[in-house]
Amino acid sequence: MSSQSRSTLIRSLSLHAVLIPLAIVWLFPLWMMFVFATMPDYGIFSPQIELLPSTHFFENLSNLQADTDFIRALMISISVAIVYTILSVLLTSMAGWALARYHFIGKSLVVAIILGTITLPYFVVVIPQFIMVAREFKMANTWIALIVPPLFNSLGVLFMRQAFSMMPAELFDAARVEGVKEWQIFLRIALPLARPTMAALAIILFLASWNNYLWPLLINSRPGMLTAPVALGTLIGLTKVSWGGIMAGAVMLTAPILIIFILLQRHFIAGIAAGAIK
Amino acid sequence: MQLRNRAAYGFLAPYLLIFAAFWIWPIISSFLMSFQNTRVNPWVFSFGANWGRLFNDPAFYNALKNTMIILIIQVPVMITLATIMAVLLNSPLLKARGLFRFAFFAPVVVGEVAYAAVFRLMFNLDFGIINKLLNGIGIASISWFAEAPAAMALLIIAVTWRWAGYNAIIILAGLQSIPGDVYEAATLDRVSKIRQFIYITLPLLKPIILFCVILSIIGSMQLFTEPFLITNRGGPGGGTETLGLFLYRQGFTSLNFGYASAIAYTMAALAILISLLNLWVGRDEK
Repeated sequence: MSSQSRSTLIRSLSLHAVLIPLAIVWLFPLWMMFVFATMPDYGIFSPQIELLPSTHFFENLSNLQADTDFIRALMISISVAIVYTILSVLLTSMAGWALARYHFIGKSLVVAIILGTITLPYFVVVIPQFIMVAREFKMANTWIALIVPPLFNSLGVLFMRQAFSMMPAELFDAARVEGVKEWQIFLRIALPLARPTMAALAIILFLASWNNYLWPLLINSRPGMLTAPVALGTLIGLTKVSWGGIMAGAVMLTAPILIIFILLQRHFIAGIAAGAIK
Repeated sequence: MQLRNRAAYGFLAPYLLIFAAFWIWPIISSFLMSFQNTRVNPWVFSFGANWGRLFNDPAFYNALKNTMIILIIQVPVMITLATIMAVLLNSPLLKARGLFRFAFFAPVVVGEVAYAAVFRLMFNLDFGIINKLLNGIGIASISWFAEAPAAMALLIIAVTWRWAGYNAIIILAGLQSIPGDVYEAATLDRVSKIRQFIYITLPLLKPIILFCVILSIIGSMQLFTEPFLITNRGGPGGGTETLGLFLYRQGFTSLNFGYASAIAYTMAALAILISLLNLWVGRDEK
């Protein structure tokens, strides 16, 4: 018995001996982001090793605001992410419901095409999307341009379809016998039951919109219509710019989403793991 | 068809409308554009303008080479790391599980721009903390941004940091779906944990690891933001220019949409080819 507990102890020790250094390495860039954000530029570019935060965070933020209208960019990013998430969850839930609970002509074709897009590089569609929105509709630098083209989402539909198809059919049949309309069955019975799945999907979609870089970079280039990642990205690589300010901006982009991540870790992980569940 | 099933079209319509306008049509459109000379007005059919040019363009071969080097090194390193993370996180002996999960999963939510900025500062030649730490253990400073091999290594490190946890989440979900009684007989027979991992866990995980490999190949094939922001538009001198960045330059700096479409379809073909190759290598030999 004692040899068994000793071997368990050795296994536990070696497990932590691998994990603790790995975790420190993994947390290090995040830690440095917060440290840099609180340091004055002369501290960031000092020859000493600086590993502890300083007190210049708000100074850095106002330097950033002087370089680019970051507060406005944050407001745009938040608004876009909220509207995008609501619309996208609604669209994918409706489509997932249709694919899960009805039989209709063309259903397997629709599913096959949606599945096919998962392996398709985004670059195949982004060029025509840009031509269509910017040149044909002349809608560059608009809210619609930011929100609507990214609405299509393949994994979300499959995720919602799976949630709806696992619900017992009797639930909906009983309502139909009583003459409840199909859209009411969806809104009043199915959607409330799918709430946990919708929550996981909403978090992933919000994150995707919040961090989206390439599409907003292409389509909204006018100052005053930049999203926060694009506004920050334009400063990286410039010479006369406050690096403390850039890092304060990086913290403003990262901290809210990290807090959401800590609070809703289970939903986050469920949403990401769903990518693997067919 | 039952009457009630017609409701399905109503539920599906808004989604399909977006899908058709912003995906189906673009897929067709960029394919057609890849055969058109888009630098004359109106656009005219021309095979040589894009496809002919692509296979004679040294800039394309440079971007292809860089992308393949990153892909071949980064994907196996990251998937191995992600598997190790997932297996260790799944251990019943683990203390402070939440803290370790946070450490590995947090990079998944960090935006590309934010982490690009941090990596630029950390790897700075004279003031970066990485070179200072290297100096501390007696290694000379590495000029991460001025030498192409170092810049490539930097991109690989950055992408691995950002995405290992994402894959670990997927692999961990796969590990947790393996029923515990699979291991019971092996434990009774005193088969070591390492042998159990190699002979029981890995074969059961194979489909999920393959899924992660294919997702990562498609992701790394499209690598754009990291060479754009971290190594300053593919620097030094195109040394880290990827296919994604090459496409961006052609499509959105030179506004040569036809040529960019040909590059996009080349990426798609390569992603499919490499994925199929992986599926073939990982097939069940029965």
